Amino acid sequence: MSVVGLLFLLMGAMAVGSALLVVTTARLVHSALWLVVTLGALAGCYLLLGAEFVAWVQILIYVGAVVVLLLFALMLTRAPTGVQTGLTTGNRVVAAATAGVVGLVLVTVVVAGFGGARVSVDEESVGSATSMGDAIFRHWVLPFEVLSVLLLAALVGAIVLSRGRASSGEETP
Amino acid sequence: MSTEPFLVLSALLFTIGAFGVLIRRNAIVVFMCVELMLNAANLAFVTFARHHGNLDGQIAAFFVMVVAAAEVVVGLAIIVTIFRTRRSASVDDASLLKY
Amino acid sequence: MPTAAAASIFPRLTRMDGYYGSYVPVLAIIVVGAVLVTAMFLGNRLLRPSRPSPEKQLTYESGVDPVGTGWAQIHLRYYVFAYLYVVFAVDAVFLFPWATVYAGLGWVTVGEMGVFIGIIAVGLVYAWRKGVLAWT
Repeated sequence: MSVVGLLFLLMGAMAVGSALLVVTTARLVHSALWLVVTLGALAGCYLLLGAEFVAWVQILIYVGAVVVLLLFALMLTRAPTGVQTGLTTGNRVVAAATAGVVGLVLVTVVVAGFGGARVSVDEESVGSATSMGDAIFRHWVLPFEVLSVLLLAALVGAIVLSRGRASSGEETP
Repeated sequence: MSTEPFLVLSALLFTIGAFGVLIRRNAIVVFMCVELMLNAANLAFVTFARHHGNLDGQIAAFFVMVVAAAEVVVGLAIIVTIFRTRRSASVDDASLLKY
Repeated sequence: MPTAAAASIFPRLTRMDGYYGSYVPVLAIIVVGAVLVTAMFLGNRLLRPSRPSPEKQLTYESGVDPVGTGWAQIHLRYYVFAYLYVVFAVDAVFLFPWATVYAGLGWVTVGEMGVFIGIIAVGLVYAWRKGVLAWT
């Protein structure tokens, strides 16, 4: 097996293992921290696929910003740090069956549809910052500008939501 | 290298995320599981980009990340607002649209 | 030259050209870091005496017994700055690819980035006008 294949196996095992821990751990804060491991392993997979820029954006946005925001939200909702019971609902069996069927369908579809497809893992990077910038500013300008409107809407929405009660004097420091 | 391992990993992560959305009670952890599912889709996008040898899949993955960040900003603001009115972040306590 | 000697012994490992080769140092640093931390904790565990007592489990708070728990609810105003940070981190991520190509694509690209930043700046102005940015 090639070095790339071996590294992929390592990253994949890390991603699946830590994703299972995100879903099953009995401590809320550990969920967020295991999510960091999953996202890091996925960034490694992107690097193996030659998507340099996407991998580092994954580290910057997901690990650096989104997980921080999730931890902030955990602190704001007074999530306890210790082991907790009752974090998962009782219908574990039904959920596992549903997820199992979803997984089976997905795996069957990708194996049937892309069974013989290959990805080249020769020495080239296809997604450097330069080539991504070239593609965005040549072919994807309109989606890029629409994203700025989306970010503006998200910002205004979050401000309105988090100001709602604070202005009525309920939340004094 | 074959595309199958990457796509199967993507499918597995999506399945784990879906399982987490179904069993977890805390709304923020449900959010983390949604992030897992989005990341699984991103891995498939990047794999297909490499398979076809062009950048479109990677651009899609990049835009998905940006949209996910916007979604997290609004979603967590909603969860925090619900927590301030109900003193609970459990999805079981937020089953009514009106309070 | 130690690198030349190493290159002659391990020609495959020290080949730094190419895409995967350029990430060999990153991988090496991760591996060395993991090994170093593991070795330090393992050495600590092997060498230290182990006499646990309930007092040793207390949080150290300058010699005084700790009061309350260490995990308090933070105020909502920190959250506002957290999501402002997320939005502008996303904004900054677009600047990296833009910075590598705007010289080649000309002033149109500068204008497009100006529109992008201008629209997000409206959000910042909104936050400022609503008094979200004020600390007290």
